[in-house]
Amino acid sequence: MNPVVTLLLQRIGIGFVLILAISFLLFVGVEMLPGDFARNFLGQSATPEAVANIRRELGLDAPLLTRYLGWLGGLLTGDFGHSWANKASVNLQLFKRLSNTLFLATTAAFFAVPISVGLGMVAVFFRNKLPDHVINILSLAAISMPEFFIGYLIIFFFALVLGIGDGPPIIPSSPTWSFENVQLIFLPVLTLVVVVLAAMMRMTRAAILNIMESAYIETAELKGVNMMTIIRKHAAPNAISPIINVVALNLAYLVVGVIVVEVIFAYPGMGQYFVDAVRVRDMPVVQACGVVFAGVYIILNMLADVGAILANPRLMHPK
Amino acid sequence: MSVFVFGYFFMLLAGSSLAVYYKRNEVLGVLFTVTLLSMLFGILWGTVAFWTIAIIAIGLIAAGALGYCFRAYMVMILPEYASRFMKSAPLTASFGLLVIIVMIVLAVFADLVAPFGEREIVGDVWEPAGGAYLLGTDNLGRDMFSRLVYGAQTTMAVALAAGVLSFSIGMLLSFTAAVSGGWIDQVLSRFNDLLLAIPTLIFALVVLAALPQNIFILIGVMAVIDQTRVFRLGRALAIDIVVQDFVEAARLRGEGWFWIIFREILPNVLTPLIAEFGLRFVFAILFLSSLSFLGLGIQPPEADWGGMVKDNKDGIIFLVPAALYPGAAIAILAVCVNMVVDWLLNRTASLKGGRG
Repeated sequence: MNPVVTLLLQRIGIGFVLILAISFLLFVGVEMLPGDFARNFLGQSATPEAVANIRRELGLDAPLLTRYLGWLGGLLTGDFGHSWANKASVNLQLFKRLSNTLFLATTAAFFAVPISVGLGMVAVFFRNKLPDHVINILSLAAISMPEFFIGYLIIFFFALVLGIGDGPPIIPSSPTWSFENVQLIFLPVLTLVVVVLAAMMRMTRAAILNIMESAYIETAELKGVNMMTIIRKHAAPNAISPIINVVALNLAYLVVGVIVVEVIFAYPGMGQYFVDAVRVRDMPVVQACGVVFAGVYIILNMLADVGAILANPRLMHPK
Repeated sequence: MSVFVFGYFFMLLAGSSLAVYYKRNEVLGVLFTVTLLSMLFGILWGTVAFWTIAIIAIGLIAAGALGYCFRAYMVMILPEYASRFMKSAPLTASFGLLVIIVMIVLAVFADLVAPFGEREIVGDVWEPAGGAYLLGTDNLGRDMFSRLVYGAQTTMAVALAAGVLSFSIGMLLSFTAAVSGGWIDQVLSRFNDLLLAIPTLIFALVVLAALPQNIFILIGVMAVIDQTRVFRLGRALAIDIVVQDFVEAARLRGEGWFWIIFREILPNVLTPLIAEFGLRFVFAILFLSSLSFLGLGIQPPEADWGGMVKDNKDGIIFLVPAALYPGAAIAILAVCVNMVVDWLLNRTASLKGGRG
């Protein structure tokens, strides 16, 4: 078999094993922590009888491993169980909110990826000159700012300049791509773009710089090949794979960054759902959201690996 | 045309011309870019744009001057070895160090510095800055500046505790893994890989949902999650050292793993580890603030920077900037620590050499 195919299958296999291991950790590991779910959930009104009652009602009296296997079986068939707080099925809420979140994240990625890769290339092109320094300082500042500060700065700025004083943004009725919908979620998208832009740009710059400083580029420079040819024939084919890697890694980061941004803008996505569930200790919802977020994160990381392998010219032409 | 606008462009053009005369290309680049941008912004927004740019410029110059003087001052008062070290600091790092020290002093002497109490309601809701209240009042009428100072105490203490704890765990585990090798290394590394695969915020949220709400548990959770990053770096660094001859010699001499970790490995990886500690501290502050902002970190009425943003966020759309002050405090501290860390990392990189 072609070594690339073997490598790919290996990566995909590792990804699935990871997701499985994480589902185990999030369910069994978390339940083995000190503290009792039923007691936490009841809070002040936790009399022994009430605790015993609620344990029976929520099925917490079954052995841990049985419950884990039942839960895992549910996950594999797309059933995320029932919320403790309102007894409703988690599925309905989860899928509705997941599509909202993906809409927000993909819109942000649509703007962030080209801008950051472009800026990273500009920084390399002007390496150690003024534009590079300016980009460097600005991105360091952006990385150091917490997401909520960036979000409120943007809201403050827009409230100041445009005088929008009428509360949080309106939410699109259906998460589909249209000009009006993107306009509605403009502020959260802008915040997310700023949040991932700096990190993505710095990583792009480092990746390209790494290639431009390698020995074969120096050789080409020294034998007098002109710059455009060097970039086209030597640098670009080698740069694709690290850039794909950087983009996918930052998309994974975006999926996490979306949690805080959704809370800032009261956007009805997965992140908001997750945080609300954590506040009331609604474990089935918490675990479902945790597994979905971790799963998306791992799949994006896996795609980063796969993309990097596929785009690597050395691996595509085995000796 | 006011005198201010006239003076503004005169200064910029005079500076640019001087830069040309003394052949300082970077200075010319900065000044002339600012001149061109000023013309554009001036047409768009009028005099406000000039004031904004002038204030930013004065701030940057003041920061630079502070950093410059602080470096010279430290070189003067520090003993020989430390002063040579300090001399290599770029202006950004020296300014960053100064700000960090000021913030630590403010936090430690919070009781003396703060004009009002942490939970004391002193005025109306969201009073503007100035007068008796340096930065105005918050959503319950408490003095914003006093709460910022007390918040510095809580935020930095919790972040520092989490940082130190995560660092100790991560270093001990990673060095143990590197020294013993074999299956211990395998088990520790694979488990670490597993934890690294889960995004930190998500892991923290799931764990915090299951555990009782308590500041020590918060510190513990932050430390356990963050030690994975320390472990990865520590193991990578230690693996390089373990194979060297002096460690081999120590082993043959019959030293135990305790000696090898603390006397052979640790001194050789100290500088990158200190830099890493700075990064972990920044991460702990940002992470703690995010958790508090989500309402899952430090609980009110205790002041902490993330929670203060959450308390005052509703003022933003009415142009009350109260929520921006604690956010800015977090950002400034994080930028300053990052600048110092950059300097330390560059020092280690330049010791190793390499092209470019």
